[in-house]
Amino acid sequence: MVTRDFKTDTSSPLWSLSGIRFSYGKTEVLQDINLKLFPGHCYGILGPNGSGKTTLLDILAGVLKPIAGTATFQGKPLNQWPKKQLARVLGLVPQDFMVRFGFTVREAVEMGLHPHMHRFATPSELDLALIDKALQETGISAMADRPITQLSGGEKQRVALARTLAQNPDVLLLDEATSNLDIHHSLEILRLIRQRYENNDIHVVAVMHDLNLASFFCDELIFIKHGKIVYQGTTDSILTPDVIADVYEVESEVVYNQFTSCRQVSFRLPLEEKKC
Amino acid sequence: MNIVTKELYPILFLTTALFLLIAVSATMGFLSVSVMDVVRIISAKLLQQPLPDIDPVAVTVVTDVRMPRIVAAVLVGGMLGVSGTVFQAILLNPLADSYTLGISTGAAFGASLVIVLQIFGLALPPAVSVPIFAFAGGIGTLLLVLFLASGDRRLSSTNLILAGVIVAAILSAAIGFLKFLADEQVGIIIFWLMGSLSGVSWYNILLLLPFALIGTGLAFFYGRDLNIMATGDRTSVSLGVNTVRLRIFLLVCCTLMTALSVAVAGIIGFIGLIVPHLLRHLTGPDNRRLIPFSFFAGGMLLLVADTITRAVLPAEVPIGVLTALLGGPFFCIIFKKRQQDGNAGF
Repeated sequence: MVTRDFKTDTSSPLWSLSGIRFSYGKTEVLQDINLKLFPGHCYGILGPNGSGKTTLLDILAGVLKPIAGTATFQGKPLNQWPKKQLARVLGLVPQDFMVRFGFTVREAVEMGLHPHMHRFATPSELDLALIDKALQETGISAMADRPITQLSGGEKQRVALARTLAQNPDVLLLDEATSNLDIHHSLEILRLIRQRYENNDIHVVAVMHDLNLASFFCDELIFIKHGKIVYQGTTDSILTPDVIADVYEVESEVVYNQFTSCRQVSFRLPLEEKKC
Repeated sequence: MNIVTKELYPILFLTTALFLLIAVSATMGFLSVSVMDVVRIISAKLLQQPLPDIDPVAVTVVTDVRMPRIVAAVLVGGMLGVSGTVFQAILLNPLADSYTLGISTGAAFGASLVIVLQIFGLALPPAVSVPIFAFAGGIGTLLLVLFLASGDRRLSSTNLILAGVIVAAILSAAIGFLKFLADEQVGIIIFWLMGSLSGVSWYNILLLLPFALIGTGLAFFYGRDLNIMATGDRTSVSLGVNTVRLRIFLLVCCTLMTALSVAVAGIIGFIGLIVPHLLRHLTGPDNRRLIPFSFFAGGMLLLVADTITRAVLPAEVPIGVLTALLGGPFFCIIFKKRQQDGNAGF
């Protein structure tokens, strides 16, 4: 049976990855990843495009199998977890959420109940309340009966999150889950997840794109570049101009901002860039 | 209340409609038999009771000539409808049916091959050898398509469709070559390729029935998983659906149903394509409803088409031609209407 005491026991890692390698065909995407992620943190995975962030997240989610190395979740190798059991504990919010065949928003959110439900069961009162809450929290109640194919990218992303909330997992994996959202909805969604995290309901690992949102949202950051982990540490200690210059090759200024009450980054390209 | 009871009333309604249609269809033909007589003949046969007051010729016509053909039309149409729905769901492609994957073409190639071999003097009993070769052709094609598509371990739907289209193109050319070899006897191949239910016997029904029931049952069993697969591989896996295993399992399942249909009735197009589309238009995309409904809709559609060619038209038109001629324009209308309604839904 799943050990649920990881909520209080923060000493044993949620995930333990060692020697993880992954490649698509001959292109090596992850090389020798060693990583321990502990409960009670809100992790952010950052890095340039194509650095392997999403692949790493998929390996954490058990969606991809590494070609070498071992990945364990709650002490048990990920490939030994029955898929449905894993889905009760782990929820993934993808970057691009697409649905074929005109399912409505409500139907798609209801799919989140799948890992918890007997095959021919219909949702109970409690489940329906959970769905309504998820729809409401993500601000899509008004479009519950519209086909997803008619929604915008940002609306689809909120449907994906609502579905994962209905899935009610212990750990939330976000893959640039706010990339298509306007700033209002981004902040709203991140606050919603952050609140759940602070209430000790969920643990979070998020692939982030925007350093300022990451600084607001995450308390521990992992930088990867060319398929390797290059920096890992608390947001305050690691979000520095040196690290950003090394990872992204841009100049930056990091200052504590009283207005947002977190560290904010401003960027520019290096001045003495070869101009040929 | 669970899903089974919730869907029970429409299913009961469809079952009643199907039986009415069967009874009406059995009255039609060269020899006219009344509906009451048909019901009495069938119930008497089922209960093994004697029938003193009905013309024995009518009894033979209904039980030995019309009923096997009618039941076969329902089963073949039902299997094609269910396979179409499942193929579209697992390949995430509204264009998919057994043709897209090359399975029907493979079955047609198997059948054409054995017909040509017989022309060149191979001594095999044609009644048995054509279905067996058609069946083997369908399964063989699926294996080849799976082999070609399994380059990435995820067995993506794009790969499957691409592999299917390539294999189907090669097989079509091969069928063309076989037609060329058959020379003057090309008519036998062509007639078979256009499909017909005229030679069906109770023996065929015994073969079709278990596959139709088990196949439809299994597809229904995985209905919710199929719904989730509409959201793509990655999210399906994260919701606990084993997409690769489910895809292979249901592909094999539906290939068996398609190959068997082709083996018994030849190539019957359009049922697998229009039935899922029509039903999605009427009842929404939920596969738990779509799959049982496709069986009934496919079955009734083929029964109507077959009754038209058997009893209404002056000469028997190949059933595959009729379904394409009726289904094609009908499909165009639905397609256009859905575009205008602004919910093409793809």
